[in-house]
Amino acid sequence: MIPAASGSQTLKDATNEAIRDWINHPDDTHYIIGSVVGPHPYPDMVARFQSVISEEIRWQLEEKTGYPNPSKIIACVGGGSNAAGAFYHYLDELSVELIAVEAAGEGVETGKTAATTRKGTPGILHGSKSLLMQTADGQVVEPHSISAGLDYPGIGPLHAHLFESGRGKFLAVTDQEALDAAFELARLEGIIPALESAHAIAALKQIVLKEDENVVICLSGRGDKDLATYMVASDRY
Amino acid sequence: MGRLNDLFNKKKEDVLNVYCTAGYPRLDSTIEVMAALQEHGADIIELGMPYSDPLADGPVIQHSSAAALENGMTISILFQQLKELRPGIRIPVILMGYMNPVLQYGFEKFCIDAATCGIDGLILPDLPIHEFEQTYQGILQKNGLDFIFLVTPETPAERVRKLDSLSTGFLYAVSSSSTTGQDTVRESPAQYLQKLSEMGLKNPVLVGFGIRDKAGFQAACSHAAGAIIGSAFIKVLENSVNVNATTKSFLSSVLG
Repeated sequence: MIPAASGSQTLKDATNEAIRDWINHPDDTHYIIGSVVGPHPYPDMVARFQSVISEEIRWQLEEKTGYPNPSKIIACVGGGSNAAGAFYHYLDELSVELIAVEAAGEGVETGKTAATTRKGTPGILHGSKSLLMQTADGQVVEPHSISAGLDYPGIGPLHAHLFESGRGKFLAVTDQEALDAAFELARLEGIIPALESAHAIAALKQIVLKEDENVVICLSGRGDKDLATYMVASDRY
Repeated sequence: MGRLNDLFNKKKEDVLNVYCTAGYPRLDSTIEVMAALQEHGADIIELGMPYSDPLADGPVIQHSSAAALENGMTISILFQQLKELRPGIRIPVILMGYMNPVLQYGFEKFCIDAATCGIDGLILPDLPIHEFEQTYQGILQKNGLDFIFLVTPETPAERVRKLDSLSTGFLYAVSSSSTTGQDTVRESPAQYLQKLSEMGLKNPVLVGFGIRDKAGFQAACSHAAGAIIGSAFIKVLENSVNVNATTKSFLSSVLG
């Protein structure tokens, strides 16, 4: 484990350092990345690996309901790996609504946000062209989110395409709304979600549901890693 | 094309290319540093355009980039400063940077403005071959700008030939690994450069190998047309109170 000491010391800087390490040790190092970002073919590779999520959604829905398609799939998006996996086998099933939830941070218009589709413009970071939060001069802007995994100034090129083509619907959820949703889920279901996943859950409040709809929310991570944040916030709940 | 070809036609060996970061150590020191480099013996200046995420650079140049951005450097300001580049600076000047700021400025507008200021070429390490050929090569040619690709010891021979055929001015050979030894036997930098020199490439090769002194410069020059010094110069600039004096003493330690 090597801490990233450069730049703002966030996810993008850790990605920079991982790529630099790979550049410096290409003969004994393979580069891998956990998100659907970076140079080709990594976004495609990671999406395929993650696609097991939608493969299992299909099996389980078929088993439980007799029909493999939900009406909606909701997943949080930082770089967008769990969302890519949850959407993957439904990309061409147009009856399935794909809903990606970005971190609004303290609010989309506060300057402390990671809502890339709302504040981003086309740009290049980490070897791929996608939507990117940046200054007019093309310097990458520091993102903000309460969740470390959504704290990325871009989104994977697949998601930029889903956004621009209209195939995906993009919502934004604030730090506070994510915390509220995490505590609500813990109370109702006994499940402590990761702060990232809590954004997907919080998005339910922005969606009008019909009766008898089957909606899948990707609970992409456990909240154990976020207990320190939850404990600080617990006084308010 | 222009100044780079003229230089390599006249000078076949010991060509010294020195890197400096635009807007570093001060926002308005860009031309001052370049003039000092020319005065004290640099043959080419590689002027870095600072970027927030300089993936191909080590810690020293990352730090100078961050400081230059902090100083307020932008591409627009840089082109304002470079209006005074010629004719005072007579040696070739190439810009090194990353695709995103250039893309936001507008690639074609960037090339026009660079050429207007008298810039000779470009290095953009994150511009891939495919996009270069498809979209950008023609724009560079139209504006008379050289484009320099990088090769490493891990670049297969066939790709080295491709990169050489696309490059004009020179070919930039970098070391891809600073660590040696371990339990794998690696090709030495000398062997790698020897192999490059035997390939019959159309471009002269300049070496960027973490060269910081006379011995390193001479070693690189024994197998290539010359060498590029970056971090070692940036490091001495950091604490410099007199840019000209610092540059003079640094370059005389390398060349003297």
